[in-house]
Order: sequence, then C-alpha cells, then structure tokens
Amino acid sequence: MHPAPSVILFSTLSGAGFGLFVFLGLMPVPPVGWAAFVFFAVAYALSVAGLLSATFHLKNKKNAWKSYREWRTSWLSREAWAAVFALLTMAVYAIALIFFGVHLAPVGWLGAILSLATVFTTAMIYTQLRAVPRWNQTATPLMFLTFSLAGGAMLSGFVTVAAAFLLAAGGVLLWHWWKGDRRFAEAGTTIQSATRLHDRVTLFEKPHTGDNYLTREMVFRVARKHAVKLRVIAFVLAVVFPLILLLLPMSHALAAVAILSHLAGVLTTRWLFFAEAEHVVGLYYGAHLGKQARAA
Amino acid sequence: MTALPASTQKKLGLVIDLDTCVGCHACVTACKGWNTQNYGAPLSDRNAYGDAEGTFLNRIHAYQSQPDQGLARTTHFPKSCLHCDDAPCVTVCPTGASYKRAEDGIVLVNEDACMGCGLCAWACPYGAREVDEVAGIMKKCTLCVDRIYNENIPEIDRQPACVRTCPAGARHFGDLADPASDISILVAERGGVDLMPEQGTKPVNKYLPPRPRDTIGAAQMSDDEDILAPFLAPVAEEPAGFLGWLDRSLERL
Ligand code: SF4
Ligand code: SF4
Ligand code: SF4
Repeated sequence: MHPAPSVILFSTLSGAGFGLFVFLGLMPVPPVGWAAFVFFAVAYALSVAGLLSATFHLKNKKNAWKSYREWRTSWLSREAWAAVFALLTMAVYAIALIFFGVHLAPVGWLGAILSLATVFTTAMIYTQLRAVPRWNQTATPLMFLTFSLAGGAMLSGFVTVAAAFLLAAGGVLLWHWWKGDRRFAEAGTTIQSATRLHDRVTLFEKPHTGDNYLTREMVFRVARKHAVKLRVIAFVLAVVFPLILLLLPMSHALAAVAILSHLAGVLTTRWLFFAEAEHVVGLYYGAHLGKQARAA
Repeated sequence: MTALPASTQKKLGLVIDLDTCVGCHACVTACKGWNTQNYGAPLSDRNAYGDAEGTFLNRIHAYQSQPDQGLARTTHFPKSCLHCDDAPCVTVCPTGASYKRAEDGIVLVNEDACMGCGLCAWACPYGAREVDEVAGIMKKCTLCVDRIYNENIPEIDRQPACVRTCPAGARHFGDLADPASDISILVAERGGVDLMPEQGTKPVNKYLPPRPRDTIGAAQMSDDEDILAPFLAPVAEEPAGFLGWLDRSLERL
C-alpha cells in the first residue's frame, strides 16, 4: 500500500497522545495545576495533531462530518466517535485537575478506556481488510495498543511500566512481521484464483499505459528490498534504544532522547506497515507473485 | 445505510465471456462515454498528452497462461465491479455513501455523501473502485442504473453501455437470482465462476472460462515463440529523487 505521510504521522502521534491520556486517566495521584496543564497540553497536541493530519488525505473534506453516521458497520466511523468521546471526557477530567485541583478518578478511568478504544478502532480499520492479508491478523490491534501504551508510559514518566510495555510492543512487533510475511500465502489468493485461469499465469498487458489510482495506492513497491534493514532500524529506534536509556539513571534530557528515538522508530514501523502491505489487487497487475501460495 | 441487505430480490449483474473477449476496449470507451455524460461526477483524464492517466469503471487486462508443454495462450480480461452479495466495500464506508440496493443488488455510491477517504477501494479485493482525482469522489460501476430502467431511451438500449457496445458479444446482462434467466442458463452451461472466491465477497458477476483450444500444429510450435525474446528483458527501474537517495544510502549500510 502507498504509505501516505499524513496517515503514518496520524497513527504515530495520536497513538502516543491517547496512550498518554490512558496513564493520566489511571494515575492514582495525577498532577494538578500547571504540571497537569503541561501533561494534558502534550496529550492534546499529539492526539489532535494526529487526527487533523488524518483528514489531509480525505479527497472531499467537506463531507468529513458525515463519517459519524455509520458506526453500526464501519470501524472508521467508530474511530471518529471514540476519538470525540475520549477527547471530551478527558477535557472534563483535565479542567478539574488544572483549574480546581480536583481529581475526578472515575472520569479519568472512563477517559482511559475511551482512549484505548480509539487506538483499537484505528487498528481495526486496517485489521478488518481481508484484501490486505498482512494487516488482517490478531497482532495488528495488539501492536497498535502496545505501542500506544509504551509511548504513553514513557511520556508520563512511569519508567518500569514503560520498560514492560516496550518489551511487550517489541515482542508483538516481531510477531506481526513474522506472521505478516506468511499471511499472503495463508489467505490463499493467487493470480490463478484472481483470474480463474490455469497453468502459469502472468500479466501480459496492463489495462492502460500509465499509472492509475489503484497502482499508485495499492501496488506500492519502492524500497521493499530494504525492508529488512528498515526493520532493524525501526526495532532499534523504537524498542532497544529507549529500553537501554530507561535503564540508565534518569534525567530529563535522557528521557527526551528516549521518547524521540521511540517516536522515530514507531514512525518507521508504521511506514513499513503500509509499504510492506500487499493488497490482493496487485495480483491483477502482476505484483506479489512471489508472495502467493504455491499454485495447486 | 452501509449495512448490507439480508437478501436482494434480484441480483442484476454481468456475465463476462473470457473465451470471446477480443480485448478491443470498446466497452471501456462506451462505459467512460456514458458515465462521463450522465449520472454523477464525470470521469476525469489527467495529463492527456504526457504521462496520461484517468478514471475508469471498467478496465481490460490481458494475461498469458503457460502450460507445462506447448504454447502459451493469451486471455483478455475485462474487470468492473462484481456487485458482490457480501460487499466489503459497503460495510467499511463511514459516511453511508456506499450502499447495496435491496431491490436489485446494485452497489452504488451516493456522491453527495462521499468524503473521498478511499477506504472502500482498499476493502475491494478486485480494484473495482477508483477515486476520481479531480472530483475527489469515489467512482465505481453503476451497472448503468441510469440506462437499464430508463424509459426515455429505446428499449434495445436499456442495458449497460458496455454490454450494448461489445462487438464480440462477450458481455451479458441479466438477473442472476433467477435460474431461468438467459444469463443464469449461460452460466450453468459454460461453468461460470467467481473471481477470488476465497475472499468471501460472493460476487454476483460471473466469468465464463476460455474453452480449450484445439491442438492442431502445436507440436512443432512449442519452442520460444520468438528468437529475440531472450533479448527483451525488462529495463531496470531505479527510483529517483529523495527515494533514490534513500535507496542508495540504505544500500551502503
Ligand atoms: S467488486 Fe469491489 S466494489 Fe464491487 S461490490 Fe465487490 S467489493 Fe464492492
Ligand atoms: S471513499 Fe466515500 S464511499 Fe468510499 S468509504 Fe470513503 S466516504 Fe464511503
Ligand atoms: S455496467 Fe455501465 S458502469 Fe458498469 S462497466 Fe458496464 S458500462 Fe461501465
């Protein structure tokens, strides 16, 4: 799939932002006053910036508000609802802490659940797509959730919790890659099942001379050959390096480096999440032939 | 509503004959012509005198099948929306723009509600949906809903533009829910099949596989079809610009 920068930025930033909300909502003794203001400002900046950047890839933005209509079937619609509910609930919680020094614990818990729900619905938008086998697996929502919680724990300064979630996220990430590399073959869609032709089938002629929306959006192939190197870079930046820094004696500068490294690493994993995802329509364009299940 | 109807009274759709299609692209042109001049946003073309591209609701691929022995054969392969019974493109739509009609099973986009997120195109395994880059709206085959029920045009024209125009008679239109309809009989007789049945979309449109070729003379023509073939290897494509730089930097690591 084509890795649209706006969507990658969105899922990385808002993932960390909603993760921070989770910890702010669950803290037994949350900050109050100015300290609370700084934490919530960061959380809102990340989550809202993420959500805004996601609207950049809409080609008809004036109808974006209509995306609230179909929550009964559509994960994208559910995400829109979950995000609004989470942001509003956390606003009540944040105002009480910042201006009145009051800790409305149940509101915080509710906000935390809604923030997790937002990350989950985002992940399900991708997970539900059978046509993209690499995404269509259990590890996809787990990966989004663990990375969001790891980022949130780091931002809120819970060092041991952050280390635990970093380990978990690293494990899920490896699982996602390992399983993902097998999903196309497992899905069983091949150029033979796509065309129902027999023998060794290859594309003889594309339906047009240039590119089209489909080839640009779904049949992305640049730099796949670097996937292994990028995976190593992503894993080191997102998991290994922050873990090492967390184990050192903490300082604000070190924490900032750990968080930036983590976010850069998550950005890389999300770029790979899209760039490596093979859409089955690619088979009609002669792509992914090496990924398909062996012809029967 | 993006919930799918439990069942549809009719299943209007197309049957495409891969044996007779000659790959002339007449249906592509007729489809684009009709659907640019009638319902909804026109199907744009961009950069017509350069690296041309445009929006199409129907495209013709061509495939080569190489048996273990003997010559390969070419099959022209028209593809438009299959109006799936279990259409994943409909349920993912957040705005309710995409829907499947309970009366005849046609899958349509309400252009006034579409926000151009493209998720439905990602959900379709067949590549039957394309965002029009000029209008910013999702376009797909309408089964020519504005022809098939249109009482202002002669009765003979009340079928999809692509079916009406096909000079080889490779496209057929009708009700696939009715086992007695001409096209249901055609599907039964020719062993019509679903594309990507494992994707679980239950397409309404059916494809009739190519008939076996006769084998006269194949024995002495089973080598390379052209002695120049080995010299025609594809030219390597190198990414340029920022991606090219990234490519080379990663290569050096
Ligand atoms: S072919 Fe694609 S666009 Fe058409 S109904 Fe099926 S899934 Fe939807
Ligand atoms: S592109 Fe339009 S029709 Fe498709 S899912 Fe988005 S809003 Fe619905
Ligand atoms: S039925 Fe109409 S819209 Fe669909 S492919 Fe044929 S001409 Fe195009």
